[in-house]
Amino acid sequence: MTTHNEVVEERRNFLYIATGAAGIVAAGATAWPLVDQMNPSKDVLALSSIEVDLNAIALGHTAVFLWRGNPVFIRHRTPAEITEARADDTADLVDPQRDEDRVQKAEWLIMSGVCTHLGCVPIDQKGDFGGWYCPCHGSHYDISGRIRKGPAPRNLPIVKYAFLNDTTVKIG
Amino acid sequence: MASDKKFEPTNPTVKWIEDRLPIFGLIYNTLGAGYDAPRNLNYWWNFGVLAGFMMVVQIITGIILAMHYIPDITVAFDNVQHIKRDVNYGWLIQTIHANGASMFFIVVYVHILRGFYFGSYKAPREILWFLGVIIYLLMMATGFMGYVLPWGQMSFWGAKVITSLFSAFDFIPFIGDGLVEWLWGGFAVGQPTLNRFYSLHYLLPFILVGVVILHIWALHIPGSTNPLGIDAKGPYDKIPFHPYYTAKDAFGLGVFIIFFAIFVFYAPDFLGHPDNYIKANPLVTPVHIVPEWYYLPFYAILRAIPDKLLGVIAMFSSILVLFVMPWLDGSNIRSMRFRPLSKFFFWLFVINGIFLGYLGQRAPDDIVAMDTTALVFAQFATAFYFTYFLIIMPLVSRMETTKPVPTSIAASVLEANKKG
Repeated sequence: MTTHNEVVEERRNFLYIATGAAGIVAAGATAWPLVDQMNPSKDVLALSSIEVDLNAIALGHTAVFLWRGNPVFIRHRTPAEITEARADDTADLVDPQRDEDRVQKAEWLIMSGVCTHLGCVPIDQKGDFGGWYCPCHGSHYDISGRIRKGPAPRNLPIVKYAFLNDTTVKIG
Repeated sequence: MASDKKFEPTNPTVKWIEDRLPIFGLIYNTLGAGYDAPRNLNYWWNFGVLAGFMMVVQIITGIILAMHYIPDITVAFDNVQHIKRDVNYGWLIQTIHANGASMFFIVVYVHILRGFYFGSYKAPREILWFLGVIIYLLMMATGFMGYVLPWGQMSFWGAKVITSLFSAFDFIPFIGDGLVEWLWGGFAVGQPTLNRFYSLHYLLPFILVGVVILHIWALHIPGSTNPLGIDAKGPYDKIPFHPYYTAKDAFGLGVFIIFFAIFVFYAPDFLGHPDNYIKANPLVTPVHIVPEWYYLPFYAILRAIPDKLLGVIAMFSSILVLFVMPWLDGSNIRSMRFRPLSKFFFWLFVINGIFLGYLGQRAPDDIVAMDTTALVFAQFATAFYFTYFLIIMPLVSRMETTKPVPTSIAASVLEANKKG
């Protein structure tokens, strides 16, 4: 038989747990705005696309554009470079990806210019693989922007882009 | 507090206040004649006071700079020049603050190594040691964010690289991917980043002050260690902090201020980097990017590991390992004066640390000596760094033959006097 005191104690324990749980939920709900305010604000998120005229980029050259605060590389690749990139599909790759899957049109390589190691901007046409070399910690990328040597874990990411016509591309 | 003497004011006003808020007694028993310290403290024990002095200098000059600085990416760079050229005595205050960061780290490094050598981290001072490591971590965070504020090339790229360290944790579910963007407040280091770094650079020093107060509180429970590492046993082993150590600290402070002034007045840019006189450019990374000198050994450790995540883990571990030092060192003797083998490895560790710092400012592919790159040397030096803590310290401290330890501080002092 449960005594009066036991009932009181059970009720009290229930109230402790219920109050504690409500308190934790309330503290979490209060903390979230304080944490989330540091995420990119709406105006930052709104700056989402740029349009680039490709006529200005000569064959065998790389142009750099600032998109959402970061550099984007657009390389007008020569047939020799494309051949080299395709031949390397079967090489020993850190982050295996076919060159075909990294471009919409083989002569236009459009990708992020931010090293996947710690965010520096790799230098154009330097390094052991004829592509890019990051001066900060020595990562080498090939002519398809794939990581070949050094501490970077991934290929230079392909940014979202679309050809509006033959000579204009929209990034973002 | 280990109050050796009770504060008994004679001045009626002081007594009236003391009866209501015993603040004079607190100072008397912390830094005054009421705190008895071991009689044999040498000048290595000066550096805690010097660190406290630098903290005050940085806070005062920092608050003044905040009256003139504008955390806006379009004007911040020119604004620092405005402070240096146009603001009355701005050149002096800005130079003291910029060089003061280096001075703060110099005295803290000596203070930490003093602790290593004389076993200050050992029982019963473990929590005192933890608080010290927390102070050091806060200093690193504060110094890093302060360096970003002038918005030069090194500011910008230092910020980018250090915040990108957290992208190594992108495997963590839910928070991993957005972690770096959360730190930046955007898709790259930019206006929101500068703004929040400024806010935190102002906040953290005051948290640091709080931890320093805890550090001093914890110090006064057992009292200071001393070069012999043996506990002070009686009144003949101790002397009052004031006037003996206030005078000794004041002399050391004078010498230190001369050293500080040489940099401020004759070599204000010696510890800086010329690239930071170029305005931040998000499209071009400086060819040779280096952090401030006080981070160089850790930067060398980061680069020594070819894997991104493991490199970041190694770098953080190289500092966090300090937290377990009280248990890695199993010797029941504190001071390395009586531990010859530990002493030998200690100096090897210091030289290795300086060497890591040297490697940190070389490019990884530079040939340093003997046809070997900085990267390879850094890998050996990193291996030694961790070997020192994880293998040498636990084994040597438990196995070495120690020298005889004096029976008391007084006995040792009398012995030294006899030799004349």
